[in-house]
Amino acid sequence: MRVMVFVKATADSESGAPPTPEAMEAMGRFNHELHTAGILLMAEGLKATAHAKRVAFDGPGRTVIDGPFAETRELVAGFWLWEVKDLDEAVAWVKRCPNPMPGPSEIEIRPLFDAAEIEALLQPEIAEIRGGRVKRWEAAHARHAAVTD
Amino acid sequence: MRDTRQSPIEAIVPQRACLPHASGGQGFMGAGETRQAIEAVFRIERARLIAGLARMVRDVGLAEELAQDALVVALTEWPRTGVPAKPGAWLMTAARRRAIDWIRRARMRARIHGEIAQDLDDAFDTVEAVDAAMDDDLGDELLGLIFTSCHPVLPAEARTALTLRVIGGLTTDEIARAFLCNEATIAQRIVRAKKTIAKAGLSFEVPRGAERAARLASVLEVVYLVFNEGYAATQGEDLVRPGLCLEAQRLGRMLAGLMPGDGEVFGLLALMEIQASRLKARIGPDGALIALTQQNRARWDHVLIRRGLAALARAETLGREGPYALQAAIAACHARARSAEDTDWPSIAALYDRLRTVMPSPVIDLARAVAHSMAFGPEAGLTLLDDLSGAAALRNYAPLPAARGDFLFRCGRLAEARAEFEAAAKLTCNAREAAFLLARAGACG
Repeated sequence: MRVMVFVKATADSESGAPPTPEAMEAMGRFNHELHTAGILLMAEGLKATAHAKRVAFDGPGRTVIDGPFAETRELVAGFWLWEVKDLDEAVAWVKRCPNPMPGPSEIEIRPLFDAAEIEALLQPEIAEIRGGRVKRWEAAHARHAAVTD
Repeated sequence: MRDTRQSPIEAIVPQRACLPHASGGQGFMGAGETRQAIEAVFRIERARLIAGLARMVRDVGLAEELAQDALVVALTEWPRTGVPAKPGAWLMTAARRRAIDWIRRARMRARIHGEIAQDLDDAFDTVEAVDAAMDDDLGDELLGLIFTSCHPVLPAEARTALTLRVIGGLTTDEIARAFLCNEATIAQRIVRAKKTIAKAGLSFEVPRGAERAARLASVLEVVYLVFNEGYAATQGEDLVRPGLCLEAQRLGRMLAGLMPGDGEVFGLLALMEIQASRLKARIGPDGALIALTQQNRARWDHVLIRRGLAALARAETLGREGPYALQAAIAACHARARSAEDTDWPSIAALYDRLRTVMPSPVIDLARAVAHSMAFGPEAGLTLLDDLSGAAALRNYAPLPAARGDFLFRCGRLAEARAEFEAAAKLTCNAREAAFLLARAGACG
């Protein structure tokens, strides 16, 4: 299964101050472990939300909001994409991650829909009931693919 | 270090006092770990643990048992102490104590008293030494175990079963289900493989020099075999078994991490990542196979494509155009095309021309004929197939009549095409592939 692993932001990450060389090195070692274990698909650090923008939707309305954003605990400072056997394995890996921040911090593990679950969504009898929803999902997926490509 | 030598009973249960971070107020993870959580930690460490132990005791079966014993110790200790900061080193220390105990008894039985002290001194590393080894050398030991479990001294099916068991950590039941075998057959295959390795006195070292290239080919072959059994299931109802693909990709990524300087390792990884990117798009909602040119490319896995292209770039930088890198380059041509019409068929045809020189095979020639038919027209494909019709290896090979049927269909020779599709449907063992071919026969009117 795939999991997206989010490193949640803190006041430190939002301040834009770079991590210490020691912290970088520890995280580098952890990433190397993930890599040689064959589970690491992606690893990215995000700039502080001072560099970010949000687009708020309300019916036909679109409002662009500039960062930084206030609710620090809800923000993401970085993420991995992992391919693991189950959620327990993901938790075991996260526990051995060095604390990504100088102070208390949090990492959140979110499983992705897998192929079988998507197939189930596309089963004709289910698709009939959820037709609209599946089409919306596919459209969203296509848009997402177009954006990320 | 000498003072830590214990009675045999103490050697079985490692003492918390000499293990790092296992106790004390600042417990790394806190107590109350569940069995499930501990087993998850163990699964992460298992292959490296077995690798280190196998080199020590020269026996994969025993190494597996010792690793399992270490898990039992962890299951009694960790719920109280929490998971130690270096669980791999902790488990290795626990397992080593059991191993030393075992060696001691074995040596006693063999009555080679003179050697005992020396050997045990060598085996009795400090926790710090084990800890350091877990950080560095065990990568090498893991690689050594992979090379051993893929050793040409073993029959091909034993190599895959053993590799999935000791490196992939699959249970015999999982392997049996993946290969649609009886569990007892797989279990026996693995036991025999372990005995063969012990009897042959293999060293568990990573081979060097000229031997390395030949042995590496065997490793890559095992990984690709696992992948292919998942990607193009040769037996049963399912067209694909994605679990096997994932297992092979994981092995491929591990190898790339352990052998960062080898082009073909990256070639194979690139090939698997790119092929796997199409897994979701290859099967329609009705479970039928969808041809590459018909697939919805928005459903391709673009993370895997990106990873595959990066691995291919790395393979090409490392030089020497091997068979896997060339096949990956072909797969990459498809991956780069935004639509089927955009496919760069002349490049693919040229890559097949090169591939057949490094990997001569009638199956490659067949694929080359398909590429040429797409680049230069179905007649070009038919001409190349004529040269192939005598190949013994293709006599009962369903893709040959399937390809000829396709070329004839595109030339407008429908009656001949229909006969070829029907012949192909009779030859395939895969129920769903047969249905696909019969549908094409039906479309010939």
